[in-house]
Amino acid sequence: MRRTVSALLAKDLALELRTREAVPAMVLFSITTYVVFHFGLDRNAIDGDLASGVLWVTLLFAAILGINRLFVAEHEQGGFDGFLLAPVDRTALFVAKAIALFAFLCLVELIAVPAFAVLLLGPSLGQALPGLLLVLVLANAGIAIVGTLVAALAIQTRARDLMVPLLALPMLVPVVLGASRATAPLLAQGGAAALPGDWLSLLALYDLLFALIAYAVFDFLLED
Amino acid sequence: MLTAGFALAFFYAPTDADQGIIQKIFYVHVPMAIVALCGFVAGAVFAVQHLRTRERKWDMRSYVAIHLSIVLAVGVLVTGSIWARASWGQWWVWDEPMLVVFLIVFLLYATYQPLRFSIEDPEKQSRYASVFAITAGAFVPLCFGAVRMAENLTHPQAGTMTTSGPGSVTLTFLVSLVGMTLLFVTLCKYEMASKNATMKLRSLKRRLAGDDDFGAAEPARSAAPQH
Repeated sequence: MRRTVSALLAKDLALELRTREAVPAMVLFSITTYVVFHFGLDRNAIDGDLASGVLWVTLLFAAILGINRLFVAEHEQGGFDGFLLAPVDRTALFVAKAIALFAFLCLVELIAVPAFAVLLLGPSLGQALPGLLLVLVLANAGIAIVGTLVAALAIQTRARDLMVPLLALPMLVPVVLGASRATAPLLAQGGAAALPGDWLSLLALYDLLFALIAYAVFDFLLED
Repeated sequence: MLTAGFALAFFYAPTDADQGIIQKIFYVHVPMAIVALCGFVAGAVFAVQHLRTRERKWDMRSYVAIHLSIVLAVGVLVTGSIWARASWGQWWVWDEPMLVVFLIVFLLYATYQPLRFSIEDPEKQSRYASVFAITAGAFVPLCFGAVRMAENLTHPQAGTMTTSGPGSVTLTFLVSLVGMTLLFVTLCKYEMASKNATMKLRSLKRRLAGDDDFGAAEPARSAAPQH
């Protein structure tokens, strides 16, 4: 299981490294969205609730781009058939894809969050950073799990590009809610306040629950 | 039964002191919401059965339950909106978790039909729809559990409203609830009967046509499961 996962993961990362398809697009998309928010809100600097909302909506939409691309190579090049022929546990594909998506999201945030701090954020990011990292990791895990499940659901449909946002956005509302409420006090004007524990536990609970559900149902998406 | 519930609601149950006649909508709105949510969960349970047994009838039941629950959910949103307008003065209140969660659940399930419709292979269609139904079905209790935990007390809870009121309110509410459930079950039965008849008709037609234009004869006009 572990060897399969690492082989699949290495394949995905190598593919991304060579084609540079998803991550640069997601980064570019987030930065463009900040610019759009700047003009849409007509504000030069934002803080608190508004800042965390803008940050999370942008990251979520960027993640949707990545989710859309997640299984496209497998679908077009017949990777699913190859994987089904191999005598390995099918859950390995889910784990590998979720980890790959998680890694992509982390890479995107590595650039998108500092860009946010430079372009839009009023208060400085330094103090808030440890708390923000924790929220980012929890939310990324949730997005990666649900995103992989949704991508696998939508890949066989005719209108794939339409189905992914329609399915993923309502499912990810709790993640955005928890993440933006947890981030809001960190980005407040008068320096970072304490991290609210109940929203973090909501995020963690969500991650755990959907990991279990995805583990249970993912096998059925691969049969042919 | 439903008529009895409504009759009780109008003639028997006392009119609410500060909301007046509009409070009567409670006997439609709350049972409808409860039945719709239970229908979504029932759809998920049927979907689990379908994935375990691979029998088409479970997929059909799951489809019908979710389909009718979506219809009820539209009713819930409309009646709830009317009630909110009358008692809170606004059509929609954002800082009310119950409403927002219901809207999210409704939006999620609204994608069920397009999802089915956009998968062509019927066997794959039913399998994917079941996976979706299970995931979304787990999402419903999670969301409402979270809402119960972080309670905001503007939205009256069905429980507090019935237990704190006089007995006639409880009775009327229960009658309406049972009536709505029976309505739901009857509609499910009807829809299943009609789906089965259509299916039988189609297979007979196919046999009559000598099986030569199998599948190409009729483009699928609904997202319902079909042979």
